[in-house]
Amino acid sequence: MVKEIYLCYFMVKYLRKEVFFIVFCLGCGGGIVFNVFVNVVDQFRIDLKDFVVVSGIGCFVWIVLLYFFVDIFYIIYGRVIVFVIGVKVGFFDKKVVVISGDGDLVSIGGNYFIYVVRRNIDIMVILVNNMIYGMIGGQVVLMIFFGVKIMIIFYCNIEYLFQISEIVVVVGVFYVVCWIMVYVYQFIESIKKVFQVKGFLFVEVVFQCFVQFGRRNRMKEFVEMFCWFFKNLVFISKVKKMLLEEFEDKFVIGEFVNRERLEFVSEFNKLIDEV
Amino acid sequence: MIICGDEFEQIRFIKKFYKFGNYFMQGNEVVVYGVIFVGCCFYVGYFIIFLSEIVEMMVREFLKFGGYYFQMEDEIGSIVVMVGVFWMGFKVMMVIVGLGFLFMQENFGYVVMIEIFLVFVDVQRSGLLIGQVIKGVQGDFFQVCWGIYGDYLIIVFLLMSGQDVFWEIIRVFNIVERFRMLVVMFFDGVFVYMREFVKIFDVEEVEIIYCKFLQNEEEVRFFFGDLYGDGVLLMFFFGYGYFIYVMGLMYKENGFCDVYIFEVYDRFVRRFYRKIEQNRYVYEKYEEYFMDDVEIFVVSWGVMVRLVFGVVLKVREEGIKVGLFVFKIVYLFLGEWMRVFGKKVWVVFVLEMNFGQMILEVQRYVNDDVFFKGVNKIGGVFLMVNEIFCEIRGVV
Repeated sequence: MVKEIYLCYFMVKYLRKEVFFIVFCLGCGGGIVFNVFVNVVDQFRIDLKDFVVVSGIGCFVWIVLLYFFVDIFYIIYGRVIVFVIGVKVGFFDKKVVVISGDGDLVSIGGNYFIYVVRRNIDIMVILVNNMIYGMIGGQVVLMIFFGVKIMIIFYCNIEYLFQISEIVVVVGVFYVVCWIMVYVYQFIESIKKVFQVKGFLFVEVVFQCFVQFGRRNRMKEFVEMFCWFFKNLVFISKVKKMLLEEFEDKFVIGEFVNRERLEFVSEFNKLIDEV
Repeated sequence: MIICGDEFEQIRFIKKFYKFGNYFMQGNEVVVYGVIFVGCCFYVGYFIIFLSEIVEMMVREFLKFGGYYFQMEDEIGSIVVMVGVFWMGFKVMMVIVGLGFLFMQENFGYVVMIEIFLVFVDVQRSGLLIGQVIKGVQGDFFQVCWGIYGDYLIIVFLLMSGQDVFWEIIRVFNIVERFRMLVVMFFDGVFVYMREFVKIFDVEEVEIIYCKFLQNEEEVRFFFGDLYGDGVLLMFFFGYGYFIYVMGLMYKENGFCDVYIFEVYDRFVRRFYRKIEQNRYVYEKYEEYFMDDVEIFVVSWGVMVRLVFGVVLKVREEGIKVGLFVFKIVYLFLGEWMRVFGKKVWVVFVLEMNFGQMILEVQRYVNDDVFFKGVNKIGGVFLMVNEIFCEIRGVV
C-alpha cells in the first residue's frame, strides 16, 4: 500500500518516509497549509538544501515538522522567532521559514516578535491562527473574539480582539497579509512572494479549530464556522471607507502593506566588511 | 567562527591586533582575550552590571574578525539566539551574572538534551534577585548545579585569578568540543573588576581541539546514536543536505521523538551520565597544599583561595598542621578526595562567601565523627585574615 502511494504520487518526495500517520483532528485545516506551502516550493523548483524550517510547540508545528523533508528545528515554546535570528545570521544566503501557531508566536513570544519585526530580518513567517491553544485543550489567546466561549472561558469572553497584523504594520514590515482559510489561492500568491523578494514577510492565515473552538460555540460543522468567520470579517479595502465603530470588533483581512526596507543581516555583513 | 571561516586567517588577524606580553588588566578583559584566542567571535547578549567591560570590548573587537555582536531584548532571547547560532557552526559562549543565569535556565533542559556545547561564564553577585547589585559573593552554587528538573549533569569550573581565566577558557572550549556538553565557569564578582598582571601568550601556543563530524551514511542515519561506544555524539550542522530533524521531545537515535517507550529515555540518560563520568580524568582539577602530615583540613573555592592560602601559611608557622584543598571544579563534586582526606583529619573548615552551600556537599563524603566548621561571611564583604586565623586557633 505504502509503496503504491510512493510510486503514483509525485509530491511524495517532499514527505518523510519514516512518518506515516496523521496527527490532525477531524475538520482541521493544517493539511491545507502544508499542501499549499509544498506546492509553492514545487512550483519554484527550489533545492531543499536551501531551506530551514523552524517551529515551536503546538498544533501547527505538526504541519511541517512531522512531514516536510527538509532541515527542521523545533525550539521551546514562544522563542521560535528569536531562534531564527541566529539561524539567519549563519545562513544568510538561504531561506528560513517559520510556521507556527498564534499561541506560540504571538501570545507568548509577542515581545520577541515585535523586536524581530523591527529589525526586518529576511525570514518568512506563516502565522497559522486558530484563535485558541488547540493542543492543550482550549486556553485563551490574544487573538480571540469578544463574547465567545472556550474551555477556559466557560461563560463568556470579556477581552477584546487583538489583531497582530495591524501591530506588525505599525512596527514597519516589508509585507503583511492576512487571509482566512477559504481564500486558498490568494494565500498561495502571498507565499510565492517570499521566493522573489528579501525582507521580513508576514503571512497570517486564520482558520477553523472545529474541535476545540467550534464545538463549544454551537457550530456543528466546520462549514458553519466559516459562515461565522464571514460575518465577523471585513476587507482591508473597505476599512478605509468605514468609521472606526463599524469595524472595531471585526477581523480585518487582505494585503495590509507592501513596501521596501533595508534588511538586517545583509546590512550587518556590510558593516563587518567596512570594519 | 573557525568552522565558517579560515583558521589561518584568524591567527594572522589575532597576531596583528594583539601582541603577547605582560598586561595589567581586569578579569573582564581577560575573558575577551581568551574567547578571541580560541576562535569564538559571536555573541548576542544582554548585558548587566559586572559585565559592562566584557560587552564593551566585544562590541569593539569582534567585528574585526568577522564576528557579530548585537544586543538582544533579554536573557532568554540571548540564549535562544546562541543556540541557533551554534547550529550554524559558530563557537558560542554566554557571559552572564547570576540573575540572568536564572532566566537562561529556561533553556537548559533543551540545551542539555540536544547536547549543544555552550560555555557559560557566570559571574556571581550578592543578594536575592537584584539584591546587592554591586557586590560579589559566591552564591550561585545551588542554582548552577541543580537549577533545573530532570536527570542531567553539567560541569562547573572554578576560577580564582586573571591568569587562570586565560588558560581555563581555552581548556573549557576544548573540553566542550570533545564531549559535547554544557559547561559553566564560576567567576566571582570580585576579580572581574580587580586589575592584576596577566601574561598573554602567543596565539600559536594555543591548542584547539575540534569536534568530530558526521562522515558516512550510516552515521547520518543515526546522528543521535552512540555509534562508537564512547557516548559522545557526532556533530552536524544544517544546510549540508542531511535533512536533519531536531526536537525538544525525547528523541530516538535517528532523531525522531518517542515519548511512549521508557527505554528511549533510559538509554539517553545512561549514555549521558556515562559520557560525563567516564571522562572525569580529563576535566577534573584541584590543588592541594601541605596534605602530607595534615590534621586540620581547610577547604575553599573561588577567589577566597588567594586569601586562605596566606592564612594557612601563617597558621603553619605556629606549628599547627593545616592542609589546604582547593577546588578547581565544583561539580561533578570531587567526593572521593574528600573521603580520602576526611579519614586523616579531625577538623574540617569550609571557607566560603555565602551562608554555607558547599559545606553540605562536603559533609556527604566525610565521616560523621569529624568536626565540621563553616566559616561564612555574606553581604559582599571579604573574610579577614585575622577572622579565619582566630577560628582555626579557637578549635586548636
